[in-house]
Amino acid sequence: MIFTDSLELLSFHWVAYTIYSAMIISVVAWFGYNLVRKDTKSVVRIPFYWYMAFLVTGGVGHHIFTYNTIPWVSEDISRHEIKPDASYDFTIAKHKWILPSQKIIVQCDERILFNVVSQDLTYGFGLFRQDGSMVMQMQVNPGSKNDILWTFHHNGVFNLDSTEYSGPAQYNEHGENLMKIDNILEVVGCKNGGSK
Amino acid sequence: MSFTKNLMSGTNFDHTSLNALQKVTLRAVVMSFLFYGLVALEGMIMRMVEVGKIPQNPIPEMFFQPEHFFSIMTVHPIIGIFGSTYQLVFGAFMFLVPYLTKKPLYSIKLANFVWIMITLGTLLAWIAAFVWQYAPLYTLYWPLPADTEQFHVIGGIVFIVGVALIMVGTFGFIYNIYATIFARIGVHKDKTTKELLISGFGIDGILNLFNKLIGKPPYTKEPALALPVVAIFRGTVDTFLDAVVILGAGVLVLIFLLADLGGLHLDVTAIDALLYKNFFWWGLDLVADGLVLIYVAGSWYLLATLITGQKLFMENVARAALMLELLVSWMVWSHHLLGDQGQPDMMKLISGEMVTAFELLTQGLALFITLVTLWKARPLKVTMELKYLLGGLLGFGLAVPAAIIQADMGMNRVLHNTQWIIGAHVHIAIIVGLYMTLYSAVFVLWPIVTNNTQLYSKKLANAHFWLHLIGGIGMGAFMGMAGLDGMLRRHLYVDGQFQTDMILAAVAGSMLLLAWVLFLYNIIMSVGLKGLIGIFLPAKDKTASYGIEPEIA
Repeated sequence: MIFTDSLELLSFHWVAYTIYSAMIISVVAWFGYNLVRKDTKSVVRIPFYWYMAFLVTGGVGHHIFTYNTIPWVSEDISRHEIKPDASYDFTIAKHKWILPSQKIIVQCDERILFNVVSQDLTYGFGLFRQDGSMVMQMQVNPGSKNDILWTFHHNGVFNLDSTEYSGPAQYNEHGENLMKIDNILEVVGCKNGGSK
Repeated sequence: MSFTKNLMSGTNFDHTSLNALQKVTLRAVVMSFLFYGLVALEGMIMRMVEVGKIPQNPIPEMFFQPEHFFSIMTVHPIIGIFGSTYQLVFGAFMFLVPYLTKKPLYSIKLANFVWIMITLGTLLAWIAAFVWQYAPLYTLYWPLPADTEQFHVIGGIVFIVGVALIMVGTFGFIYNIYATIFARIGVHKDKTTKELLISGFGIDGILNLFNKLIGKPPYTKEPALALPVVAIFRGTVDTFLDAVVILGAGVLVLIFLLADLGGLHLDVTAIDALLYKNFFWWGLDLVADGLVLIYVAGSWYLLATLITGQKLFMENVARAALMLELLVSWMVWSHHLLGDQGQPDMMKLISGEMVTAFELLTQGLALFITLVTLWKARPLKVTMELKYLLGGLLGFGLAVPAAIIQADMGMNRVLHNTQWIIGAHVHIAIIVGLYMTLYSAVFVLWPIVTNNTQLYSKKLANAHFWLHLIGGIGMGAFMGMAGLDGMLRRHLYVDGQFQTDMILAAVAGSMLLLAWVLFLYNIIMSVGLKGLIGIFLPAKDKTASYGIEPEIA
C-alpha cells in the first residue's frame, strides 16, 4: 500500500482513528460498567508483558508503516541528494509573497523543489486544493533554509497560503486573508487514478 | 432549604472552621474555576467567529477583526493553562503534600503569594491583549513578540510582565513543595536528605526491581515518600525547568521591547529564529509532555488508591516509570519542529519520533496500573470521583495515541498547525483527560478540604459530568475533522469555509460552557456567597497541615 497524496492518507487516517476512538470509548464504558457490577466473574486476561510489547510495537510500528507507505518521508530525508525536475524560489516580506511566476505549471510525477525565504517573520508555506484540503506544508523561518521536495501524482489547481501565524497584518480589517494566493500551481498530465 | 438561604449560606459550609491550609487551597481552586469560565467563554467566541459571517451568527462584528480575534487566541492558553490549570494543580498539591507526608506546609504565606502572583500575572496578560491587542500567540515565534510595527510596545511589556509574575508564582510553588518534602520533621524526622532524594527520584523503586531480579531482598519495604508525592516531586522538576525557559524568553523579548521604548531599535536577526524555537519548545513542551503527564500519572495512582482503599498494583514499576517519564520529557521537543526544514533530520527522527513514541509506553503503563488497581477492588460504588477518573483515563486514551500519530514525519506534513492538533489532541487531552482527572481529585478532596460540606445537588454534578465528557470529546472530534479537511489552527476564517464542522464544534463547546455554569452553581449553592467570601478572609486556625497531631504542626 502506497499513499499517492494527502487525500488518500487523511481518509485512511480518518477511518483508522475513528475505529480506534469507538473502540477505546467502548472499552472504558465496558470497564466502568463491570467495575461496579456485583456479579462480574470472568474477564479477558491481558498479560502485562504482552501489553507492553503491544505499546512498543504500536509506537515504533507506526513510524515503520508511514515510512514505507508515505512517499514524501524518504524523499524529504534524502532531498539534498535528489536532483529535482524543477525548482521554484519564493520570498516573503511584510506579509507579501514574491512569487517565481504568476502561475506554475507542473507535469505529473515531476519532482519539484520549493525554496522559500522569509525576510522578517516566521511564516508557513502550504499548498491547498480548491476544496480547502491540504496538500503539504512546511514552516518558513527567517535566517534558515526552508526547502521542500514534492512529487505531484494527481492533476489539480492549488492555492498557496501561509500556514503559520505571523501577526494580524496577514489579514485586512474585515478579516480577509492577504497571504492566500489562488490558483498558483497547476498539475497536468496525470491519469484519473493518479500518475502518468 | 430555600433558594435564597442556600445562595447566601450554602448547605452546611462553615468557613470559620477551616484552617489556614484548607483556606489557601480553596482560594486557588476558586480562582482556577473563575479563569476556567473565562477561557470557556473565549473558546466559544473564537469558535463562533470561525463559523463565519452569516446573518444567524450572534457574534458581534468586532470579534471578526484580526487584532481582536488573535488577542483572544493569545490569552486563551495563558488563562487556561496558567490561570486555571496551574492554579488548581498547585492549590491541590500544596494541600496534598502536607496531607500525604503528614507534615505541615513549609509556608502558608508563600502559598498565598503563589495564587496571588498567578492571578495577577494572568490578569495582566489578559489586560495586555484586551487593551493593547498584543497578539503574538503563546508560541512567541521569534521575532513576532518583538515586532513593534504590528504591536504596541506597552502592550508587549505588560504581557511579558504578566507572564513573568506567573513564573515567579510558579517558583514560589516549587520552593514550597520541596521545602515541605525535605523538612526533616514528623515521619521524616530520622530520614536523611539523600534518602528523601532517592525516594523522590524513584531510585528506590528501580533498586527494588533490580534486587528482585537478582534475588536479593528489596532495597526498601517502606519508601520514604508515598508514590503520589514522588510524582509531584518529579513533575515539579519539569515545572522548574519550564519556568526558567519561559522566563528566559520573556527577558529576551523584554530587552527588545524596552530598547524600542527608549528609541533604540535592536536588530532582531541577532537571534536565530530556529534556535530560539528549539529553546522555547524545549521549555514549553515540558508542560505538555512533562509535568502534565507526570502529575496526571501521580494523580491517577492517588485517586485509584483512595477510591479503592487498596495498595497500588505494581508500585515499584510505577515509581521507576515516573523516572523514565522525566527523562523522556526532556528529549521529545523536536516533534513540534517536524515541519521545520532547517531542523536536523536526526533530531526529527530521534527526538521527534522515536523518543516521543516512548510516551505511549509511559502513559500506557500508568493507564494499565490504574485500571488494574481499580479492577482488583471491584465491585466498586458508583461515585462521582470514580466516574471522573474513568473520564480522565478515557481522555488520555484518546489524546495520547493522537499525539503519537501526528509526531511522525509523514503525518506531520499534512497535520501540522491544523485543527487536528489542537482539537483531537490538545483539547481532548486538557479538557477530557486532565480536567476530568482534576474533577475527580476535587470530589475526593471536597469533604476533606471543606470539613464535610454537603454538596448541594448530585443531579447537577451528574449533569456536569455528562455535559463535560460529551462536550469535550465532541468539540475535539469536530475540530479534528475540520483539521483533516485542511482547516488551520492559527488562522482566521471569516467566510465560513469549514462551517459545518465549526457549528458542530460550537454545539459541543456550548455543552462545555453549560457544564461549567452548572458546576459553579452547584458549588456556590453548597458553600454560599458568604462562604465564598469567607474563604478569602484570614483563617483563625493557623495550622498549615491536615489530619496530624498538633505537636508536629
